[in-house]
Amino acid sequence: MSAALEGLAERYLHLERPTRWRKSEIAFWIATLLPFFLFESYLSLASQVAITALFALSLDLILGYAGIVSLGHAAFFGLGAYAAGLIAKHGWGEPLSGLVMAAALAGVVGYAASFIIARFRHLALIMITLGLGLLLYEAANSASWLTGGADGLQGVRMWPLLGYFKFDLFGFTAYTYSLAVLFLVFLVARRLIHSPFGLSLRGIRENPVRMPAIGAPSHAHIRKIYSISAVMAGMAGALLAQTTSTVSLEALGFQRSADVLVILILGGAGRLYGGILGAIIYMVARDQFSGVNPQYWYFWIGLLLIAVVTLLPNGILGGLAQWTSRWSSRWSSSSRRGTPP
Amino acid sequence: MVVAMVVVIAARDAAVNAPALSTRGLNKRFGSLVVARDIEFALPQGARYALVGPNGAGKTTLINLITGMLQPDEGRIFLGEDEITSSRPEQRVKRGLVRTFQINTLFPHLSVLEAVTLAVCERRGHGGAWLRRLPAYRDAIDEAYGILGSLMLGNQCYRLTRELAYGQQRLLEIALALATKPRVLLLDEPAAGVPREESAELFTAISSLSQHISVLFIEHDMDIVFRFASRIIVMVGGRILVEGTPGEIAADERVREVYLGKRGHG
Repeated sequence: MSAALEGLAERYLHLERPTRWRKSEIAFWIATLLPFFLFESYLSLASQVAITALFALSLDLILGYAGIVSLGHAAFFGLGAYAAGLIAKHGWGEPLSGLVMAAALAGVVGYAASFIIARFRHLALIMITLGLGLLLYEAANSASWLTGGADGLQGVRMWPLLGYFKFDLFGFTAYTYSLAVLFLVFLVARRLIHSPFGLSLRGIRENPVRMPAIGAPSHAHIRKIYSISAVMAGMAGALLAQTTSTVSLEALGFQRSADVLVILILGGAGRLYGGILGAIIYMVARDQFSGVNPQYWYFWIGLLLIAVVTLLPNGILGGLAQWTSRWSSRWSSSSRRGTPP
Repeated sequence: MVVAMVVVIAARDAAVNAPALSTRGLNKRFGSLVVARDIEFALPQGARYALVGPNGAGKTTLINLITGMLQPDEGRIFLGEDEITSSRPEQRVKRGLVRTFQINTLFPHLSVLEAVTLAVCERRGHGGAWLRRLPAYRDAIDEAYGILGSLMLGNQCYRLTRELAYGQQRLLEIALALATKPRVLLLDEPAAGVPREESAELFTAISSLSQHISVLFIEHDMDIVFRFASRIIVMVGGRILVEGTPGEIAADERVREVYLGKRGHG
């Protein structure tokens, strides 16, 4: 009787189990508060890590879940950054509304671009996204009357957060603000990937040919997730502009698009936390190594990238998950062997 | 008054008798190679038709044309009385015209239950919903579970698709199609690669599908074809050579020559 009841519920449990909060997740988010106590002199770096993590999370939604490669995602990051910077420069320094407006602009441009994106895959898609990134970069470069061009956007003056918390030199407000936005956006992303829409995205990644054959409007799904991803990338860019009070052309640069891809692949795509873990490793390592020898920094990143992709195809987080499941199954089988029948 | 009634009855009869699927003058060529030439056929409601022919006869191409994965150069396609020639593939599925694939076209890293739930959610219009979590859609999950049970996949449904035995993956091909609630089901060699004894089992499952579903299947094993098809369409070189009952096809000299002859006595 109870077995029958369990059997009845198993099909719900099978789909419910992956959506549960794991202890390691809760521990991770508590650990994100550690910089406030342990590394107070690194709060500015921590803020940059949180911003990069948010950017990587936005890429994960399209690459890790829907399988859409992008080599020009900085386009939306930069759009958000310049929008937030320009709004503040021209007299409206309120951070939250500036963040929303910048995100909305990135979303609108992302939606427009998504009509092209949805129709292509593979190499063509890489080239189109790359082209989009270059396009916006040069547009910002030539419109120096607006963006400051190669000198960057100066004179961004932010009002205190919530009218009270000033953006200080030590990055206390910056990290609090960035971390809060990262966490809230993460909650949205987490709900999204566990929804029917998230399942449809995984369907597109797993087999784009089968999706139309089960009646799924793949193009509409891709347009939707691409727009959402653009909004999130725009938020990350806006956060950078607001917390550093400046925007450089580099916000739109190809290097940034490539870096975020590297970060996501290092950490592990399609796992939500992969981009966050990748951002922590990448940004902290860059901070440490580039102090020692800035010229050779990318040598180590190149080595690490090759090592991870060849040895851990699912990234560091994928490797960790595999290792722990193997370890735990070995442990349980050896403990079974230990017990006499 | 009487005339009006007669007209109404006639119209109703026409609707009832309209074939579930029909084509008119379908043509398709790739360069100089003609892969479909003046294809005309009608699949009645609830029918079980077989589409046979030697390799390269254009059977899969015909399914690709009907489902919209290829666009015909000329000709028209009707689902019931509605023309669907220019509809997109997913729109045709929404209207009840569904196919399976000769080569497994599944979602390797989704569990079996996830895959069928995905198809059910898409049919019910939840495919874009992201405010509620998937486990909240219990009706969809129940339906998916029921479909898997009816195809003897109930005890496999928590495994990843890629971990299934090959024969079970063939069943999942059909389960995904059934989750879309088809009116017309086009099965492209559903038993391809399945051992002979199992393929009869698979076709028993297919023939016991609801009579509301009209089925056209491609199959090479003539024993299976003669056993499960009410009518047989023979294709050769991109055109329909002959269409008839199993008895007529078995007695047809031309079919013997080009198809049965080669396979049966070659």
